[in-house]
Amino acid sequence: MRSLWAIYRREMQHYFVSPIAYVVGGVFLGVAGFFFNGILNFVMQQALRMGFQAAQMGGAPNLDVPGMVVQNFFAVLGSLTLFMVPMLTMGVYAEEKKRGTIELLMTSPLRDWSIVLGKFFATLTVFAMLLLPTLAYQAFLFHYSDPAPSMKILLAGYAGVLLLAAALISLGEFLSSLTENQIVAAVLTFGVFLILWVLDLGAQSTSGGVGALLKQLSLVRRYNDFTLGVIDLASMIYFLSFAAFMVFLTLRSLDSMRWRRA
Amino acid sequence: MIEVESLTKVFGQKSAVDHVSFKVEKGEILGFLGPNGAGKTTTMRMLTGYLPATGGKARIDGFDVAEQSMEVRKRIGYLPEVPPLYTEMTVESYLDFVARIKGVPAAERTERINRAMEMTHLTDRRRDLIRHLSRGYRQRVGIAQAVVHDPDVLILDEPTAGLDPKQIIEVRQLIKGLAGTHTIILSTHILPEVSMTCDRVLIINHGKIVAEDTPENLTTQLRGGERLRLLVGADEAGLRQALEPIDGVREIAATPLRDGGRLSVVVEVSPEHDVRSQVAARIVQGGFDLYELRSERMSLEEIFLQLTTEESEEGARREA
Repeated sequence: MRSLWAIYRREMQHYFVSPIAYVVGGVFLGVAGFFFNGILNFVMQQALRMGFQAAQMGGAPNLDVPGMVVQNFFAVLGSLTLFMVPMLTMGVYAEEKKRGTIELLMTSPLRDWSIVLGKFFATLTVFAMLLLPTLAYQAFLFHYSDPAPSMKILLAGYAGVLLLAAALISLGEFLSSLTENQIVAAVLTFGVFLILWVLDLGAQSTSGGVGALLKQLSLVRRYNDFTLGVIDLASMIYFLSFAAFMVFLTLRSLDSMRWRRA
Repeated sequence: MIEVESLTKVFGQKSAVDHVSFKVEKGEILGFLGPNGAGKTTTMRMLTGYLPATGGKARIDGFDVAEQSMEVRKRIGYLPEVPPLYTEMTVESYLDFVARIKGVPAAERTERINRAMEMTHLTDRRRDLIRHLSRGYRQRVGIAQAVVHDPDVLILDEPTAGLDPKQIIEVRQLIKGLAGTHTIILSTHILPEVSMTCDRVLIINHGKIVAEDTPENLTTQLRGGERLRLLVGADEAGLRQALEPIDGVREIAATPLRDGGRLSVVVEVSPEHDVRSQVAARIVQGGFDLYELRSERMSLEEIFLQLTTEESEEGARREA
């Protein structure tokens, strides 16, 4: 446990002394802010138009405007996560292999799982920290919107992003453990994420047993449930077991390094 | 302290380490000597548990390196060929990290780190980023990393590689200072290094041990006797008559020099015989003039070359 903490600390330090966290964070917040602004404008216009129509036809407009903003924002956040995670995970093992520091870790008295979990939690923490400033957007909504957006949808949304990120980070780190080239790791991770995403589109257009299976397996679909404010226990378990499986694969990959190395 | 029994590592078809066996006693410094690609690094990696062996056993302090890897890892300090440095960290925070993963208790950590920095003369660079350090300083950080948890056994892969002569001397002194309390295995392809720092030498070539002894014995045993070079004012027949009866003289080769009557003589002497004083006495007694008498020893370098080239010639013959 103590060594897991040591690995975690070093990994966190690494993120913040190297430019990665700042660049990824800066780009992410810029893009997220841009989309939040866009969504806000779009939803407001739509609400105005519909309110106008409702007034003409008589009867009160029945629109959950803040809810719509939050939902759309989380949908965008999910897509952004697909792009952010590879940049955070690409170097996690590849760099250690390239620099030879993996040799230090693997000849020190620590269990492989404390390396893998220490790194996993560090990346997840950094991701959560990058997410933190988006709370300001929600605060903005709370302040200016009447009625305020429902707390439940916000909680579900953030829980969903974190669960999705946990699954993607574990996958990205596994892929990083397969190579000593960061670029290869990043491209590989992007590629696999895209396939996961396309798989979801496939699930929508495929009917029958295969379609149903793809729907069950799709990370994106399960994430979408969260953006609608649904906290589904089965989905939570799915994300967590996905991450656990990837952590397991990473452990296997570390172990196999000992055997394959020439 | 370290026992290795017919340790073997096969990569594909090629055996990198081939049934290597040796022992290192507590407090001893053992040198691995061999050309690049001889299997030094692979052997060290198997001892540290970084690479599993294909066959054979290795025990450190009674613990099997494969079965009880954790116990072994607690007891060793390891400097790989490339120092495993996180270059974005400062010297001090890097050593703190290493101390933590090596399991140094919190109460002793600061003291251990300071001690490691003192030993490697890094104290005044403690707050420097490793990225900004020169090659020599980085190597020192690598050594500090290996000793920070005060392990019983040190495994150092080419500890002086890439250092300038002054730094090499410093590192050698550092290693000698660690001897006695620590058991050390170090590898090198620089010969004088072994005779200067090690108690015992293992010469490895093509994954096999081709010689094992103290640097002195290795020189005595393998030089196949001594050679004396003489410069004498004498005729060849008379000289032969004077020298041949001496016990230990095997062969005399004389070449007359152009400048008036002197002979340049090479005398081959059997090992374990010191005939220098007898040779000198005989020459003088015979009424000849002795201008020069010089003993030539085969250097470790020559032995090393002889061993490793003989081996490869044999290998070539076997393959043919």
